[in-house]
Amino acid sequence: MGIDLLLDPAFLQSVPRFLTPILLAALGGAICERAGVFNIALEGFILVGAFCAVLGSYLFGSPWWGALTAIAGGVVMGLLFAEFSLRRKGDAIVVSIALNLLAAGVTVYLLRAIFGVSGAFRDPGIKGFSGIDIPLLRDIPVLGPLLNGQSALFYFAVIAAFALQWFFAHHRLGLRLRAAGENPTGLASGGVSVQGVRLWALVLCGALCGLAGAQLSIANVNLFVENMSAGRGWIAVVAVLLTRGRPLYVLFIALLFGFVDSLSFRIQGVGLPQQFTDVMPYLATLIVLIGLSAWRKSKTA
Amino acid sequence: MELDFRTRLLPWLAVLAWIFGILLALMLIANADFGEAVSGFFNGAFGGRNLAYLMTTLSRATLIVGMALAVMISFRAGLFNIGGEGQLVVGGLVAALVGIYLPGPGWLVIIAGIVAAMAAGGLWAVLAGMMQLYVGVPLLIGSLLLNYPARYLASYFVSYPFRDVASGLPQTHLVPDAVWLPLFPGTRLDMGVLFIVVVAILAIIYSSSTVPGYRARMNGLAPEFTRASGLPVKRIVLQTLLLSGAIAGLVGALAVYGLHHRFTDGMLVQPLYAWVGIIAVLLVGMVPWAVPISGFFFAAIQTGAAGMERTADVPKEIGLIMQAVIILFVAGRISGVNLAGREDDNGH
Repeated sequence: MGIDLLLDPAFLQSVPRFLTPILLAALGGAICERAGVFNIALEGFILVGAFCAVLGSYLFGSPWWGALTAIAGGVVMGLLFAEFSLRRKGDAIVVSIALNLLAAGVTVYLLRAIFGVSGAFRDPGIKGFSGIDIPLLRDIPVLGPLLNGQSALFYFAVIAAFALQWFFAHHRLGLRLRAAGENPTGLASGGVSVQGVRLWALVLCGALCGLAGAQLSIANVNLFVENMSAGRGWIAVVAVLLTRGRPLYVLFIALLFGFVDSLSFRIQGVGLPQQFTDVMPYLATLIVLIGLSAWRKSKTA
Repeated sequence: MELDFRTRLLPWLAVLAWIFGILLALMLIANADFGEAVSGFFNGAFGGRNLAYLMTTLSRATLIVGMALAVMISFRAGLFNIGGEGQLVVGGLVAALVGIYLPGPGWLVIIAGIVAAMAAGGLWAVLAGMMQLYVGVPLLIGSLLLNYPARYLASYFVSYPFRDVASGLPQTHLVPDAVWLPLFPGTRLDMGVLFIVVVAILAIIYSSSTVPGYRARMNGLAPEFTRASGLPVKRIVLQTLLLSGAIAGLVGALAVYGLHHRFTDGMLVQPLYAWVGIIAVLLVGMVPWAVPISGFFFAAIQTGAAGMERTADVPKEIGLIMQAVIILFVAGRISGVNLAGREDDNGH
């Protein structure tokens, strides 16, 4: 235990695995945040994504189908959020809490009804993502070996962060999306449906959270476990809150939390009780949240 | 009048039709016999030999209504304490440790354990309140994140230092018989329900006809006005959270002394008591007198679902799905609930 661990390539290579779900979900949350939708149901979105990824992969025998099914599941959650919060005018927090419970219930229900198992579903028929070997990336000194050989979802997540940054800053639709959050009245008077923009934000958020779930269930491991999201959706919510939905900051925060997550996983072997290592990501989240909030408060005071 | 009746009733009928349709679809997926499932539901919620299942429902309602009252106290004051789970867990853990290790007559240990559990739960909630007041961490997020340290702390305690190794599970020893809450004669229902009845009456009186309750409500409806009136907002916030967390801690103690007689890892987390408590409060728009009824209703859905599992082989999670669906459909119709609307753009 010490500095040699932090330089251990095997450890560093595991960081992207842990970073990816948080990053994808937080990017989804960032889209909602910028569109003026207060979405704290990311946990439920991810959980549905993780379940659907396993379902799709098992039924169609390929991780790509798993990822597509996960996107579909996440999008359905996004549409449910839109239906009950935008169209039926339900309070966003109430809808979020209900959707988180719905996700917990539906995933276990379907696990038992479809596969006849409870707890965990393992099967050789579940095909997972394997690492991609990228020749150009491989040859970069130091960083290359760490970033090479990750799942396709990791590369997609990093590209998505940069793409979103550009999208919010320069693209017509990105500006429109931001207007839905910053100046909905102005957007509406320009003849654009604010509800419509927010609906699309929720659909995109659902798709990204679905992929976050896919990373958990068919890239990091090859199985579905009840309550697999295990609080990562809340960590993503904090990442959105801290960055106010700015994608590159989200990338940085996800890197930080992913690092702590993989560190906690890594030091399980050194004789610490598992509870101590399990709680690390949440303590890190709390500490960062307290630190940044205090710093902001002191600036405004 | 006729028209008014129709416009009011129709949306509800549509909601009922939706819920019924979803239920039907779920049963089709699970390949269940509809008639068996329905009879299993009512038997599981209100029936059983000597009404044993009704007693189970009451026992579960004790915990859910308790959590709902804890949530109600804070939500009505505009404080979104969704960390009830953490407060419940620390309460249960402290109660178990006091029950096992404090010598003395049983009734005294019970009282001491309950007081200690309420203090622990209250302080856990106040911690989240202080993070909001002095650091600027939104209570909604801060209280929620504190669930995890509570959960893992309890898990560590019952897995290592206070583990009943012989039992083979991560759990404490049983509390001595003298510390078990007595049962109602001839039933398997413990007297814990009486505590919750008393707390419910007190909470309803507090919310609707006392000065502190009125001030807390004022803070919930018009925080700016409360501040402008010169009321001690910080004190109102911390007192309300102390009260809310203390009730959650009490529920933890009742679960230990009444139902489980020990603390098992995850026993207060897995059944989602805290979350069901939240939606029970939301279902009735935070109206105090209706909260116990709503909590009982949700408890019946859960035990009814367990009955469906026994008779028709429908996974009992159907109950959780139904609870979530009901809240979704009611969400847009709840008057007086405006949680997210009061969040400004930065989320606090």
